[in-house]
Amino acid sequence: MPVSDFEVVMGLEVHAQLLTRTKIFCGCSTEFGAEPNHHVCPVCLAMPGVLPRLNARVVEFAVRTGLALGCDIRRKSVFARKNYFYPDLPKGYQISQYELPICLGGGVSIEVEGVEKFVRLTRIHMEEDAGKNVHDALGGSAVDLNRAGVPLLEIVSEPDLRSVDEAVAYLKALRAILMTLGVNDGNLEEGSFRCDANVSVRRKGETALGQRCEIKNMNSFRFLKQAVEYEARRQVELIEAGGKVEQETRLFDPQKGETRAMRSKEDAHDYRYFPEPDLPPLILDEELVARVRASLPELPRARAARYRDQLRLPAYDAGLLVADRDVATFFDAALAAYGEGPEAAKKVANWMNGEVAKLANETGLAPPRWKLRPEHLAGILKLQDAGALGGPGAKQVLEVVFREGGDPAEVVKARGLAQVSDEGAIEAAVDAVLAASPAEVERYRGGNLKLMGFFVGQVMKQMRGKGNPGLVNALLKKKLGG
Amino acid sequence: MSAAELLRRSISEVGAELADRNVSAVELCDAALERVAASDGAIGAFLAVTPERAREEARSSDARRARGDARGPLDGVPVALKDIFLTKGIPTTAGSRILEGFLPPYDATVVERLSAAGAVSLGKLNMDEFAMGSSNENSAYKPCHNPWDLARTPGGSSGGSAAAVAARQVFGTLGTDTGGSIREPAAFCGVVGVKPTYGRVSRYGVIAFASSLDQVGPFGKTVSDAALLLGAIAGHDPRDATSSTRPVDDYLSGLERGAAGLRIGVPKEWFQEGLDPGVEQAVRAALATYEKLGAKLVEVSFPHTRYAVGAYYLIAPAEASSNLARYDGVRYGLRAKASGLREMYAESRHQGFGPEPKRRIMLGTYALSAGYYDAYYLRAQKVRTLIRQDFDRAFQSCDLVAGPVTPTAAFRLGEKVDDPLQMYLADIFTIPCNLAALPGLSLPCGLHPSQRLPIGLQLVGRPFDEATLLRAARALEREQGPLPAPAGA
Repeated sequence: MPVSDFEVVMGLEVHAQLLTRTKIFCGCSTEFGAEPNHHVCPVCLAMPGVLPRLNARVVEFAVRTGLALGCDIRRKSVFARKNYFYPDLPKGYQISQYELPICLGGGVSIEVEGVEKFVRLTRIHMEEDAGKNVHDALGGSAVDLNRAGVPLLEIVSEPDLRSVDEAVAYLKALRAILMTLGVNDGNLEEGSFRCDANVSVRRKGETALGQRCEIKNMNSFRFLKQAVEYEARRQVELIEAGGKVEQETRLFDPQKGETRAMRSKEDAHDYRYFPEPDLPPLILDEELVARVRASLPELPRARAARYRDQLRLPAYDAGLLVADRDVATFFDAALAAYGEGPEAAKKVANWMNGEVAKLANETGLAPPRWKLRPEHLAGILKLQDAGALGGPGAKQVLEVVFREGGDPAEVVKARGLAQVSDEGAIEAAVDAVLAASPAEVERYRGGNLKLMGFFVGQVMKQMRGKGNPGLVNALLKKKLGG
Repeated sequence: MSAAELLRRSISEVGAELADRNVSAVELCDAALERVAASDGAIGAFLAVTPERAREEARSSDARRARGDARGPLDGVPVALKDIFLTKGIPTTAGSRILEGFLPPYDATVVERLSAAGAVSLGKLNMDEFAMGSSNENSAYKPCHNPWDLARTPGGSSGGSAAAVAARQVFGTLGTDTGGSIREPAAFCGVVGVKPTYGRVSRYGVIAFASSLDQVGPFGKTVSDAALLLGAIAGHDPRDATSSTRPVDDYLSGLERGAAGLRIGVPKEWFQEGLDPGVEQAVRAALATYEKLGAKLVEVSFPHTRYAVGAYYLIAPAEASSNLARYDGVRYGLRAKASGLREMYAESRHQGFGPEPKRRIMLGTYALSAGYYDAYYLRAQKVRTLIRQDFDRAFQSCDLVAGPVTPTAAFRLGEKVDDPLQMYLADIFTIPCNLAALPGLSLPCGLHPSQRLPIGLQLVGRPFDEATLLRAARALEREQGPLPAPAGA
């Protein structure tokens, strides 16, 4: 039976580091990239006698996330100890939530190939991150506990995903929501947005779930795709060969593009969860929930809907804009500075998703670090509308402003990028081109009208891209037709 | 006044001597240090004496007093701390080899508070390893002896804390009580010990045994000494999420209000088989004295007392198995030489922990294991609720509960050391109070008629009603007079 007779069934567990200034149970900084063991204190080092103190901001962020994802915010939740030994886990247990997490239910809407789907969430809970073990070339090992105690939200989905594309769409949507909420920076490479996948396969039409494997260590969308595709194929081939999938935890190897067994069910930890006696049950007051609810920003899906419905942007353009909250905010501001209505919106969107996105990719800069400001983009578009800038000139100005900053009008002036609409100057260029291309003129007049493009190109080249295209066209037509 | 006479005074008495400049804090400190030097070879109350630090603190106290800045009744008074409290830069072991040589980077909240009150700490006191034990024989360093009879246990786990006060080495000490670890040694050594309501005193900087049960409390020769110390350490601590924000009562102001009108509940289940007749006689006599003083005795019933020890020995080891996981050789404490990580863990813990912590880690790990959790840990928690309900019901008809602290007076060293179950039963009357998170107090109520050893009366109160316990205890103390010091002290 071919692979296509099977379907993959997935649920994802996302660990998102919260953007709090301090750790979840002590006052140490959460800053990334400090000297090893710089952001530590007796509490996060698990010295004898220390006790955890819950960071109120973590609770607020959990509530914020839960409300945005339509979860049931539990007014009472309980922290629990997850016990296991590992050098990066100073207490020998992780403080997490188990039986009574802060959020239940909720979900994320995704769209794959035009089809909408609601991916249900099982739960969201708060927990602390572990430190990092560092191994040196000489076989020595060291522990860096800067990350120990950094707050995490674990967001667990139901096994609702049926393809790698759905998984990626879900992760992207979730990531955009968390970033919009300002609770997570969405950085997969630095590990502040991490994902484990529970993957199983079954023959199409079956309703029972197959045996699942948990895949770890996928720190990019590309790796997730590779890992899940590999794992699904592995499981199908196993079943096809008459074998059985064993429940196990598997590690993705990005070098080989494979998953390999890390520990079997028999080796699985017994975490011996029990309620954390050092922290009383967390009781949320209604006032806090109401306050957080009132402060929720517009979420990506609502924003995309607004772009589609009010600004008449195509779904594709709207989707690109809302994928990054800062980009969408930039778009809103640029549009406000530029104009109103669908036409203006489409124009700004095209620039955002085209030239601006290209420059952002090239420089690797996030919107807050761009030298280009929304009013700059609006200014460039207005110069273009006024005929002071041509298309190529506008792109050049954008690039200069993006990379170096400065007022667009000044840049136009300083670099001599203004569009030439002087008929005399254009006529001179047209005449020169026609004089230099007698053969083409002949063929054009003989009926090969496609050559118009060639002439325009030549004139523009002559004028270093600054000729007013309308005037160039009109003059060429006039001269060639005559 | 001789040094010995000075050391037999109560804190308020010696405080008056300090205030009148009849004695300086340094003189008092030296007297206590000499007493420790002379007596502790036989008693073994101290794991570490810190004379330089003590004298320095005493000098500061004298300087404050000279400036007119004395901090109150504890300023300049020699005290000592169970070795379970973290003391910055002073070795803290919890009676375990695994923490041998460990120098804490910070002070426990209660240490800070005592120090802020001006008390002068002489050092760290002997205890059962990680507070696990009822005889102090589980100390990894040395046994502690009962000042009343050196062949007997001072009780445990805060054996050193009780013995040091009984032997008149210091004026007061701090201990911890998880299942009776303050009240039982207080009873065995003939001193006053208070286990406050869970949440009344901060646990920050207290090496954890069983987090939902552990509570810090004082030992004193008199009720008022214990009240004074409790007042100094009680109160909310933002570093301990389980500490209460309730304001602390003034424990001294109501101390002399007597027992008239108090309704004292007497649980019939606490006077059943297993209770030594000599202990029962002394406790009944104390109850009769209360009646004479105008209190009313009310019979109450604690039907779930019989499940308390069982529940306790599931909950406490379960929490301990997790609390002791941090002693892994990675960051501090003992690290065994080993070739790999697993071996390092196993060897460090094998060498570092004594038999009792190992036993409890195994018990607790088992009780929390998948498939057993519901049958053991969860059920024990339900028992805990039932025991609290027993008390709640009793407190509808009485203001406090009274009974024995222990089934017997101090037993002989070595007597129960090979029989953990018998040892665990020494806490049968003290455990319910911890499970119910209530305040409990142990007060000397006379000597055993044949053994001539101290016997303790236990008082258990409503949540955060330490004031009533202290007032009731003081009434009996005033009536029967304080217990004399043991011979030689």
